Amino acid sequence: MNTADREALARKVLELALGAGASAVEVIIREGSDFSASVRLQKLENLQQANYRRLGLRVFDGKRAAVSATSDFSTSSAGKLVSDALEMARAAGEDPWAGLPPPESYAPKIPDVQVCFPAASELPVEDKIGLASRCERAAFEADPRITNSEGAEFSDKLVHTLYCNSLGICSAYSKTTVSLSVTPLAESDGFKQRDYWLTTRLDLSRMEPPEQVGIEAAHRTLRRLGARKIKTCEVPIVLEPLAAAAVLKNISEAVSGTAIVRKASFLMGKLGARVASRLVTIRDDALLDGGPGSRPFDAEGIPSQSTVIVREGVLESYLLDSYSGRKLGFRSTGNSNREPNGSPSVGPANFFLEGGSISPGEIIASVKRGLVVTELIGFGADIVSGNYSQGASGIWIENGQPAFPVEEVTIAGNLMDMMLGIEAVGDDLLALGEVFAPTVLIGKMIVSGS
Amino acid sequence: MNDLENFFGNRFGISGETQERLLSTALARGGEYADLYFEYRIKDTFAMEESILKNSSTSVTMGVGVRVLCGEKTGYAYADGFDEEDMSRAARAAGAIALAGGAASPPLRAAARPPDHDLYPVARPLAELELAPKIRLLEEADRAARRYDTRVAEVRAVLANETKRILFRSSEGDPVFDSQPLTVFQVSCIASDGKQLQVGIKGGGGRVGLDFFDSRSPSYFAREAARRAVLLLQAEEVPAGPMPVVLGPGWPGILLHEAIGHGLEADFNRKGLSAFSGRIGEKVASALCTVVDDGTLPYRRGSLNFDDEGNPTERTVLIEKGTLRGYMHDGLSAKLMHAVPTGNGRRESYAFAPLPRMTNTFMLAGRDTGEEILRSVSRGLYAVSFGGGQVDITSGKFVFTASEAYLIEGGRVTAPVKGATLIGNGPDILTRVSMVGSELELDEGVGTCGKAGQNVPVGVGMPMIRVDEITVGGTRSQAQ
Repeated sequence: MNTADREALARKVLELALGAGASAVEVIIREGSDFSASVRLQKLENLQQANYRRLGLRVFDGKRAAVSATSDFSTSSAGKLVSDALEMARAAGEDPWAGLPPPESYAPKIPDVQVCFPAASELPVEDKIGLASRCERAAFEADPRITNSEGAEFSDKLVHTLYCNSLGICSAYSKTTVSLSVTPLAESDGFKQRDYWLTTRLDLSRMEPPEQVGIEAAHRTLRRLGARKIKTCEVPIVLEPLAAAAVLKNISEAVSGTAIVRKASFLMGKLGARVASRLVTIRDDALLDGGPGSRPFDAEGIPSQSTVIVREGVLESYLLDSYSGRKLGFRSTGNSNREPNGSPSVGPANFFLEGGSISPGEIIASVKRGLVVTELIGFGADIVSGNYSQGASGIWIENGQPAFPVEEVTIAGNLMDMMLGIEAVGDDLLALGEVFAPTVLIGKMIVSGS
Repeated sequence: MNDLENFFGNRFGISGETQERLLSTALARGGEYADLYFEYRIKDTFAMEESILKNSSTSVTMGVGVRVLCGEKTGYAYADGFDEEDMSRAARAAGAIALAGGAASPPLRAAARPPDHDLYPVARPLAELELAPKIRLLEEADRAARRYDTRVAEVRAVLANETKRILFRSSEGDPVFDSQPLTVFQVSCIASDGKQLQVGIKGGGGRVGLDFFDSRSPSYFAREAARRAVLLLQAEEVPAGPMPVVLGPGWPGILLHEAIGHGLEADFNRKGLSAFSGRIGEKVASALCTVVDDGTLPYRRGSLNFDDEGNPTERTVLIEKGTLRGYMHDGLSAKLMHAVPTGNGRRESYAFAPLPRMTNTFMLAGRDTGEEILRSVSRGLYAVSFGGGQVDITSGKFVFTASEAYLIEGGRVTAPVKGATLIGNGPDILTRVSMVGSELELDEGVGTCGKAGQNVPVGVGMPMIRVDEITVGGTRSQAQ
């Protein structure tokens, strides 16, 4: 299908729903193609290719709402989609805040943000395999202790999104993403370690060279060799960018309007209050040049914007869609995320902690005894109470110098105390996902070990 | 069974000839083996918040996944919907793997025998039921949770149902059909005492019909969620560091899933990536521990009549009295490791190639009573329930986080403590199991396992056990 076909289909479904008695309707269509090639031990292992499509519908019967979705774009299916959704909406409860976004939400012009670059899909398959292969080879050649690999993968995708609603809004955009990653293994004294590295961009021409990704992955794996537990202690914690991003992900959930309206966040009722140290400014910017989550409008068709969430430690805004905004008395921040298969809810676009002016090396040098956390694992972050307890691995710091690798420990505290306890923010902000952060130093946390 | 066998043919015109044509298209470029996975899935979800049925959704997804194998190489492609041209294009795309060269090897072994089990004969799956009785479940839960305690500030009840019909056909065997119902019901409550918020969650389900709720009522889930949330308002900080831990029966079996289960999935072992690679026959647990993966338990969330490559599910002994016995295989790992498929080839949907995955993973009962186990601990942690867990299969390090736990002092269960994460090393955690309870419990049916971007429903289970030492990730330093 092309954009005109998608628009014709969306308009037809809108008409069907309005004809069947819906008071308001919106349709979102996603169609795309995914490709991935993986190489393991320098041999091609997997080739995957997919063309997918989804149509999502949200109908309102006054203040009652329901959603439905299908991967079947036939006319008979559209009729069933509409009747199922309307039946469900009529069985739903009256929700005083339900409805399409207010018309004035659509007043701003849809911003011009470039998120579609054609190069990746035009690249021959052999070349894509070649990129994965070079990436893995560089990891192996980096050090003889790299003895095995989970493989390297090149992937690219192209997604077409179209949004239409019964207020007369109809907009579309296309977006590309390319990624290259590798996970090497190292072994010494019978103990194995693995780590990974990746590059992900909207534009193939801005990808890091595959060798650089491979070498970084090898370095990250090798530095874990010989890791041991440490005694339980309370020390400063340096979070590397990926670990800091994992914590920031929890913060993005805690400031989401969906959590706030459910009273399911420790940041409920904290607008205008100090929730982090003065060094902390957090922004969600859907217009960021080349940002992984950049897009011209959100899943309700609302033009994208840049929103300061925390300014110098003070909570300035939640992330909002039209529903949570209406319920809390604010405008949507354009943060409706919806996979056409599910219900709409709030989510980040490019949610990041702004970089500081100090290098990660200087941060580590400032710590007498402490732990650099390179990876966090588990589900021990509770955004309702703020309780935090996660598995960690990393590097012990002694007198400002990396001393030895650490594993099988946890770091624990409370998300609010952790944010308030940030004492340094690095200058190494790097967007490897929709939520990203530079290196940060937290004054102290409990490390639980032997 | 006839209706099911004819479903894809009658409804979408997918005849035996269509299947054969697609298979030969897939193999036209020289692949050794091909399979087709047709899926038609209907799903509905209902969420009640603030006593209002706010979010209702329904979806129909359908499509076919085509896989072509060539040595160790896999080509995979899928099409949404059953349009002839789209399906043929997917078959050609998957078949292109063969052009990339590579050594030939024998094809996958086909399903050895027809299924002798019908594990979920649900006459009317909830996804195919009218709305009213489903909405009544949510209303009952909402009332029960609010009535439980005045400190319960918010209640959210969610019911999610699906019916997945599949037709699997490989180049080596006859078609296999299944209809897989799945229901999960979950209540979450937020409790507030004005100073803090706490959340309690309880859910259950399986491959069940509406009668499931006769034995496990919505009120039961609601009261449990509310009790947990209110309990946490009084919970103390958790001590940090290593200590004896008693794990309650049932859902704490997630320990087995994370600590050893993933490490015994054969793909990781074939590639030498797992901390358990090459350790069959070695002692990896105390002699009290026997652990199995069993996809044949009736009505269970992790059960399947067939796995997603047409092999009947089985009961596979992973650890027998402390000794590592076997891995969980899919067809590809079994072929390459010269083993027999164990019915563990699973996939999230037609959009994914199958991988070795767990079904229902649990430890068999031992001899100790719960009272004896608790009494044996002078100072430690009693973990009754858990949230999620995760493992690094290469280093073997795993974590899982308690959602309900208590201190044990002088052999008695005392104060509740806030969510603590337990961290350990998969290959040695079970060597520290010193007592195993006499009653095996399986979880209530809420587990979802993620691997390589694919989520599949799983079950876990365990009797009560004592582990002599686990590192507890608390917030309170212990006296040194």
